[in-house]
Amino acid sequence: MSTGLKILTAHLEDPELHTLAGYERHGGYGALRKTLREGLTPEKVQEEVKAANLRGRGGAGFPAGIKWGFLPKNTDKPIYLCINADEGEPGTFKDRLIMERNPHALIEGCLIACHAIKAKVCYIYIRGELLKCIKHVERAIEEARAKGLIGKNILGSGLDCEIHVHPGAGAYICGEEMSLIESLEGKPGQPRNKPPFPASVGLFNCPTIVNNVETIAYVPWIIQNSGQAFADLGSEKNGGLKIWGVSGHVKRPGLWELPMGITARQLIEDYAGGMRGPKKMKGYIPGGSSCPPLLGTEIDIPLDFENMKKAGTMLGTGCLTVFEEGVCTVRFAQRIAHFYEHESCGQCTPCREGTGWLYRNIKKLEHGEQLDGGLDLLESICNRIMGNTICALGDAAAMPIQGFLRRFGDEWAAHLGAGRCPIQG
Amino acid sequence: MSVPSLAFSATAMQRFETIVARYPHRQAALLPVLHLAQAEFGWISPEAMEYVGGLLDVPPVKVQHVASFYTMYNLKPVGRFHVQVCTNTSCWLTGGVEILEHLKAKLGVGNKGTTADGLFTLEEVECLASCGTAPAIQVNDLKDSEWPIRYHEGQTVASADALIDALRKRATEGGAA
Repeated sequence: MSTGLKILTAHLEDPELHTLAGYERHGGYGALRKTLREGLTPEKVQEEVKAANLRGRGGAGFPAGIKWGFLPKNTDKPIYLCINADEGEPGTFKDRLIMERNPHALIEGCLIACHAIKAKVCYIYIRGELLKCIKHVERAIEEARAKGLIGKNILGSGLDCEIHVHPGAGAYICGEEMSLIESLEGKPGQPRNKPPFPASVGLFNCPTIVNNVETIAYVPWIIQNSGQAFADLGSEKNGGLKIWGVSGHVKRPGLWELPMGITARQLIEDYAGGMRGPKKMKGYIPGGSSCPPLLGTEIDIPLDFENMKKAGTMLGTGCLTVFEEGVCTVRFAQRIAHFYEHESCGQCTPCREGTGWLYRNIKKLEHGEQLDGGLDLLESICNRIMGNTICALGDAAAMPIQGFLRRFGDEWAAHLGAGRCPIQG
Repeated sequence: MSVPSLAFSATAMQRFETIVARYPHRQAALLPVLHLAQAEFGWISPEAMEYVGGLLDVPPVKVQHVASFYTMYNLKPVGRFHVQVCTNTSCWLTGGVEILEHLKAKLGVGNKGTTADGLFTLEEVECLASCGTAPAIQVNDLKDSEWPIRYHEGQTVASADALIDALRKRATEGGAA
């Protein structure tokens, strides 16, 4: 299925790719120059991105071109583009690669996207811990500004665009778009109710688009080669390539840029070198800890948004976490539940209390204690959280637990009253 | 209101002005300015909150509200080396917990504890986005102005043990790198 074509990772062997000279050596900023030279209108750019079937790479998979279309047509307020580079969903490590090794692809994408949505200012919200990403992106911005690619009257086109890095400070919730906006305004990252959606009332109460790093970094290629060409690289409704990750119990964890719709079997066997040892694969989380796990036998489902949904999970960020036989899924889920308890912003009671309640009961179960109401207790806590919170963090905490119960229910039931963990002791 | 006893250096003040100019509202600069304050003062003390609040026209209580929401701001002094071990999914699968337990024993501290000599603070942290190179340890060095945060990836108990020794050696010999 793969043609072998790479886009964002095509020239990683060039140690200078992260510099402007390195990026331009491989045709970088060609798409921006084309946009300006050919006078591509914002509408035309939006059309191409729509035709590309470019789905949001942050996990939700919303078509980028359609999202841009939600902006008000006539507004006297400034429009903002925010890049979500708050990569922190456990298991996910793909945006780092772009920011560290190919930051100009992101910058060029931001400039074209700003033109498409008529934004003059873009903030790139990068996790504070990712210092190397911050430095490389800031340096890329400085280089581009020095060359007249950022700032006033870009390359004499009359277009203005500023790009700034905004460092996060350690809060997973800031990957949620409304929380990211609050955080950018200098507040605690507590999500706002929607509606209004950020496209109408976002950053500084102005129309705002929030896109993931990888999503925007693909825009230059789409403009250079057409939306249709990008769409053709992927599967139905899932355009293009994507950066896939595999971590956990495989021989060679890593990242590979391959078409949408590839299977976990291909990723794990052909790229990650298979399992690390003699133990069989017990299961995997398809795209970050909020995605319900799949069994080690469910590896031939095409990895795209629709097929993962059909399988009862989500594609998420497309970074797979693989675990082998012998891992206790209750203990594993306990760690995940602890994460969500830690990261709940505390604003909504079902999430603030529910994530802790889930964690404490899974911990009891892992110790082989009886649960009041058995495993149904866990299911009922999940149901009380789901859909009852302002943002998706509550759902993200509940969904994987429901998924573990569905896929590994027998193992979970064996813990009830066993006095100890029957799997790992 | 009392006069804050803290102030940014000239270099930090220059940096502050650059940061503030990026936003249409001064409060929006709060996160990056708190990072700057932490780099300058080592931790976000009540005085630092008051100082930052004064610079940005934000009441200190709001600064505290923000500073206490985010895990990267130290609201208490930490050791020179803030050693942060990830134990989330991929790191959990590949030995992060064992590394954390080893370092607790080696340094003689619990989670969030600081060694008596003030050199190390040890902390268990959530996902560092290092899953492909798990397990990972983030080390903040208060005295390294160029790279105050470094990732050490693909760790083992043995390499993490050696990392602590190397940091201790760096502190004894002086210098940042």
